[in-house]
Amino acid sequence: MPRVIFEDIIKSYGKLTVLKNLDLAINDGEFLVLLGPSGCGKTTLLNLLAGLLDVTAGRIMIGDRDVTDLDPKDRGLAMVFQSYALYPTKTVRGNLKFGLAAHKLEKAEIEQRISWAAKLLQIEPLLDRKPAQLSGGQRQRVAIGRALVKKVGVFLFDEPLSNLDAKLRTEMRLEIKKLHDELKSTIVYVTHDQIEAMTMATRIAVMDAGVIQQFGTPDEIYGRPANLFVAGFIGSPAMNLRPATLSVSGSTVAARAAGVDLDVSRYGFTTPPRDGQSVVIGLRPEHFGEPDAAVADPAGNFSLPVQYSEKTGSDATAYLKFGDGLIATRVDPEQIGRFKQGDTVNISFPQGKLHVFDAQSGRRL
Amino acid sequence: MSMVMQSGEALVDSAPRFPRKRKGISGRSIAILVFLSICAAFFMVPLYVIITTSFKTMEQIREGAIFSLPSPITIEPWINAWDNACSGIRCEGLKVGFWNSVAILLPSLALSMILSSVTGYALALWNVRWAGTFLFVLFICAFVPFQIIMIPLIILSSGLKVYGTIWGIAIIHAVLSMPFLTLVFRNYYKGIPQEIMSAAMMDSGSFWRIFGEIIVPMSGNIFIVVLILQVTSIWNDFLLGLTFGGLGTQPMSVVLANVVITTTGEAAYNENMAAALLTAIPPLVIYFVLGKFFVQGITAGAIKG
Repeated sequence: MPRVIFEDIIKSYGKLTVLKNLDLAINDGEFLVLLGPSGCGKTTLLNLLAGLLDVTAGRIMIGDRDVTDLDPKDRGLAMVFQSYALYPTKTVRGNLKFGLAAHKLEKAEIEQRISWAAKLLQIEPLLDRKPAQLSGGQRQRVAIGRALVKKVGVFLFDEPLSNLDAKLRTEMRLEIKKLHDELKSTIVYVTHDQIEAMTMATRIAVMDAGVIQQFGTPDEIYGRPANLFVAGFIGSPAMNLRPATLSVSGSTVAARAAGVDLDVSRYGFTTPPRDGQSVVIGLRPEHFGEPDAAVADPAGNFSLPVQYSEKTGSDATAYLKFGDGLIATRVDPEQIGRFKQGDTVNISFPQGKLHVFDAQSGRRL
Repeated sequence: MSMVMQSGEALVDSAPRFPRKRKGISGRSIAILVFLSICAAFFMVPLYVIITTSFKTMEQIREGAIFSLPSPITIEPWINAWDNACSGIRCEGLKVGFWNSVAILLPSLALSMILSSVTGYALALWNVRWAGTFLFVLFICAFVPFQIIMIPLIILSSGLKVYGTIWGIAIIHAVLSMPFLTLVFRNYYKGIPQEIMSAAMMDSGSFWRIFGEIIVPMSGNIFIVVLILQVTSIWNDFLLGLTFGGLGTQPMSVVLANVVITTTGEAAYNENMAAALLTAIPPLVIYFVLGKFFVQGITAGAIKG
């Protein structure tokens, strides 16, 4: 049974429409990540679910309850905020306790829940401290604890890790994932960080300009991006997107881009390709073969001059001049020495990894 | 021990390798000092005269040297001013007015601070319909002089059967200070991060509970600022106490005026000066005591950092 359903949601501020006829159903126990660039409406959607904003039109269901017009406290949700939003004058214990203010609970039950959450998040020694006496990571744990003690069915996270440093972020990412596996609760998580989305989500909704561009598992989003926006947004370095023209003769289909023919005969076209059709081909940097060694079953071979290269320690990327633009390819850092500026290298791209999009609609073909 | 001493001496002995040039007194700073001294003297000279006169005997005052130091020093004028100075026909001193002022101050403070902090909180942090219009009206009201609405207010308060009582004065004080204080509180509460309010809305959603448990504990600074403002203005108020206070509820400022203005026989300058100082002391004490309680950073630890 779906746990949270958005039906035909519209949110506008005066003439500016932030969300347009949005539909989304989230299953029970799911870890849904709303992913998108700044200003795409993902936080607005979360605030609508939380009840901190009112919808302009549409309906929100949690379980089988229509919560569209309910107050935030009555919706059975708990939220973790980007800035943690702890109550500065209360101790950690007071912060957790105030989270239960709306529920009429017995004292013993409150104490039991606080110690349960404190144990789970390892904040037991901090219970009598004020937020000002905590480090960023500890504050984050308290903020999560304040949500956990409510023992609700749906937890909301609004970019909770974006204020932490890189190391702490990786740790907390794993911990939130672990919590989800243990508690089996539904989580709606907003982020602009695709690594967070790919590592934690059971499903991702990629948003842009107030519209859900694609809704699927991380593998689907990465492996079969539905349109050019998703293709360009997911993956780092970003997918190489190049305009090309299709030429169809019999059963062979080729995409010609900047003088290179790519064999797309065996590409799973959802609509039959037309001769002369304008398309955009997508090549992920990490799918190129090693330099001067052809991959098995190549879709095409490139012989391109090196523009520049960069190393990030575990990885290296070479940028090759292709037509009037650049193509990024991921290279084994030990091989990067072979990519000297100005040299021409031969690389090939395998058949099964190609993406073809319609140039006009941007949709996957 | 001796080792420590030696190393300490060694540190002192080593001259700094890059000595900073000592800043001398320039012509500009002398000009500033002179200007500031004149400004200070502007207030200090009358204060000096008041203080010295209040400790002089009437004989010395009659000599006419107002800048002379008191000799002999006497505290009799202070005792007289407090205990048996005459205000009209009642010769009970300022003490009656002092206790009246205290009795007016406490309810006025409580009423005005509760009224305006709750209004400011609602306007700043809750979605109040017509909040903008209401704020605008308050803003306009803050500029209406009391003298214009004095007579209608007297008629209103006598209709409410509070005219001439301490509660009458307290209510008028609270109402008159509300526009300005509400703006002060509202602007302060606007500075509270929106996410804290969102979290409280999800946790509790109760107007009074959020106010009492989250907002008031974060308002220490602004309450102290408003307290100082209000203590000063309520204690120093004259017109409101004169027009709304009955005969038994005249505040200290009104009694002081009667003591000073009434002239039967000779004018006791030393007593008048002592009375003026006595009246001025309480707000000063409040100012010095409360000034210490200013604390920095209302939201320390609440959000990222």
